Amino acid sequence: MKYTTMTATALALVLGTGAYAETLKWARSGDALTLDPHAQNEGVTVAVMHQMMEPLLIRDPSGELVPGLATEWSVSPENPDVWNFKLREGVKFHDGADFTAEDVVFSFERALSEQSDMKGIISSIASVEAVNDYEVNITTKGANPILPATLPNIFVIDKGWAEANDVVGVQDVEGGEETYASLNVNGTGPYKLVSRENDVKTVMTINEDYWGKDEFPMVYTDIEFTPIQNQATRMAALLSGEVDFIQDVPVQDLERIKSTDGMKVLTAPQNRVIFFGLNVADELVGGNVDGKNPLQDIRVREAMNIAVNREAIQQVVMRGQSQPAGVIMPPFVNGWTEALDQYPEYDIEKAKALMEEAGYGDGFSITLNCPNDRYVNDEAICQAAVGMMAQIGIDVNLEALPKAQHFPLVNGLSTDMYMLGWGIPSYDSEYIFNFLYHTKGDLYGAWNGTRYSNEKIDEMTQAIASEVDLEKRNAMIAEMWEIAKADTVYLPIHHQVLNWAMKDSVGAAMDSDDQVKVKYFTID
Amino acid sequence: MADMPAPASTRARMSRFNRAWQSDFAYKFRRSPVAVVSFIVMAVLVLGAVFAPVVAPHNPFDPGSLNLMNGFTAPGTPNAFTGESFWLGTDDQGRDVFSTILYGMRISLFVGFAAVMFAMVLGVTLGLLAGYLGGWTETIIMRAADVQLTFPAILVAMLIFGIAKGITPVEYRDQMAIWVLILAIGLSDWVQFARVVRGATLVEKNKEYVQAARLIGRTKAAIMLRHILPNVLSPVLVIATISLALAIIAEATLSFLGVGAPPTQPSLGTLIRIGQGFLFSGEWWILFFPAVTLLALALSVNMLGDWLRDALNPRLK
Repeated sequence: MKYTTMTATALALVLGTGAYAETLKWARSGDALTLDPHAQNEGVTVAVMHQMMEPLLIRDPSGELVPGLATEWSVSPENPDVWNFKLREGVKFHDGADFTAEDVVFSFERALSEQSDMKGIISSIASVEAVNDYEVNITTKGANPILPATLPNIFVIDKGWAEANDVVGVQDVEGGEETYASLNVNGTGPYKLVSRENDVKTVMTINEDYWGKDEFPMVYTDIEFTPIQNQATRMAALLSGEVDFIQDVPVQDLERIKSTDGMKVLTAPQNRVIFFGLNVADELVGGNVDGKNPLQDIRVREAMNIAVNREAIQQVVMRGQSQPAGVIMPPFVNGWTEALDQYPEYDIEKAKALMEEAGYGDGFSITLNCPNDRYVNDEAICQAAVGMMAQIGIDVNLEALPKAQHFPLVNGLSTDMYMLGWGIPSYDSEYIFNFLYHTKGDLYGAWNGTRYSNEKIDEMTQAIASEVDLEKRNAMIAEMWEIAKADTVYLPIHHQVLNWAMKDSVGAAMDSDDQVKVKYFTID
Repeated sequence: MADMPAPASTRARMSRFNRAWQSDFAYKFRRSPVAVVSFIVMAVLVLGAVFAPVVAPHNPFDPGSLNLMNGFTAPGTPNAFTGESFWLGTDDQGRDVFSTILYGMRISLFVGFAAVMFAMVLGVTLGLLAGYLGGWTETIIMRAADVQLTFPAILVAMLIFGIAKGITPVEYRDQMAIWVLILAIGLSDWVQFARVVRGATLVEKNKEYVQAARLIGRTKAAIMLRHILPNVLSPVLVIATISLALAIIAEATLSFLGVGAPPTQPSLGTLIRIGQGFLFSGEWWILFFPAVTLLALALSVNMLGDWLRDALNPRLK
């Protein structure tokens, strides 16, 4: 009798939830850097914006490209450089304005503008034109077979709203600018912005007029997003029930959460590889070496590569929540092979011999720059690397900084050795060569902090962007990886394993891009 | 044998020791259990820190000697991979916690002593100048002190640390961190010394011996240094002791916040920061032992300071 009453109560509660307001309290280590959709190509920023704004095509939690604001897309039969997108009709922005082709044209032009941080992703686009109110043509510089895969993080905002609020131009984040668009949102997404306090809290509520309201679960009526940088505080917030769901779960606390009643952990391989970049320019920025840069010697780079004890990092620092890597490409990216991902065996004696051979038997000193609030245990991995490098005579000064200060060092070419993590939203090798291996310039090599410059790689990077013959393209990619891996300008460490922790009731739809899309969440 | 007279030199030494032992001050010390216990605790900790390279079984500041596989070894139990055993366990990088505490305490104590010395020299000098010279000098110095008092010390220290870090070349930052800590804590701490010394100087400067010195034509500098300074030193000694405890805590706080000693050369505060991340996962020893050491160190110094204040206070005689 007692049990039936309890079951009935539980059932009533479960059934009742649909009718009442249900808030998802969500926390992770860092805040979105802005709400301007084209100002920062950064994981956390994009994840927050995905709740409120939409791209033409979106990746569902399984990683599949599905219709977002576009319902159909195809290459024009007459011209392989032109892609045609049919837009969803009847969609309204949060302020009630109609969504039409001119908003798409406006948003893409904005995303391609000088100040935009998104222009590198869609560097292949030459122009965007409206065919009619619900159709646009995107013309690429040469055929681009993977154009759709580059679009899921390019958000569309209302042209009229942007013009009325003087935010046609993209916010200058590095210059410390705040604009109407960096603090307000008018998108078409499933949730609307209620309030936002930088680094404190962002509150969103359901968009009752959302086009997909019946198509997706959309069980949460409100979202409260809180950045909590300190990992112990974040854990305490979850355990005490202050928040329902956390990302960036400290690896040492996974067991604790799993063994706590009413809590669970979801785990999946993540689309992110962690590695060190090495400066291969003629001279080092710092350190005690006058003249020639020792990192230019392939033997030194190889010695460093085999001095990294990847298995120890995996077992101790990551507690198994990583997969040692031999290439800076996560396993589900086009171009990945098991052979490429073979990492060299940890061998101090061999590494020392290589150093000796290169004439650096006495070692040298160098500074390692590292973020301390971006990747799982980033600072601890760097500390471990300091010890490993010391064993082959390289005296490493560790400088760990918050991501907001670390990334400008990498992009400003003012570091000799640095940690970086790379996720590949297009799931294609081109994105890696484009950003990390191509000679650094205006459009290409935006995140290449190594000064690596290889004409052949440059040529082929630009060639694969417009190679339509997939077989030929894959052969080119394989060849490029052979060259890149042999040159060892990056020391791959591992592929991250993604962990989300939450109350049992949260039916999170996990995606390997670590982009929370609350519209797919359910309540269990 | 027993009644054979000791050699003269030994006798002199003995008697000097005896005199010190019999003195008022020592008598008070012996009679106060708090002072004796505090002194013993502090002495053990300071000796451990000073002789760390001899006492500690490992050198945690030599990154090449660390084995990452030793990470997270529990106190007294052998590591699952390497079979090595550590008295107080190891931290996340495989550093022996006991050795790291000893080495870390060196940083904490060195920064503490040096910062207090720096604050004392600065504060006493400015206090003397303000008190003795008066006028504009006094106004400027004391208003500057008042302004600084309106900022919490830790905030001032963080500000200085931030600026210094910005202007130091990257490769020197690790070595600089210690000196910047000293500067930062010292600069945020001089006000106390200045105010006390100024007050005492104001009292002393109108006393007859000072007027006499002035009459026979001694210079201002000589009067301040030779005549007034020795007479204002006893409150300075008390403040210095209490400041030492505060400076050690300030250093730990800054390092805990991640702006102090670098993680490759952890001080007690850095160790506590590292350990704090492993509280929920059950690796309590990484936080517990450094925290207890910090507590013991700060408490013993503070107790001694308190006792010293009472002992040197003529009104409590």
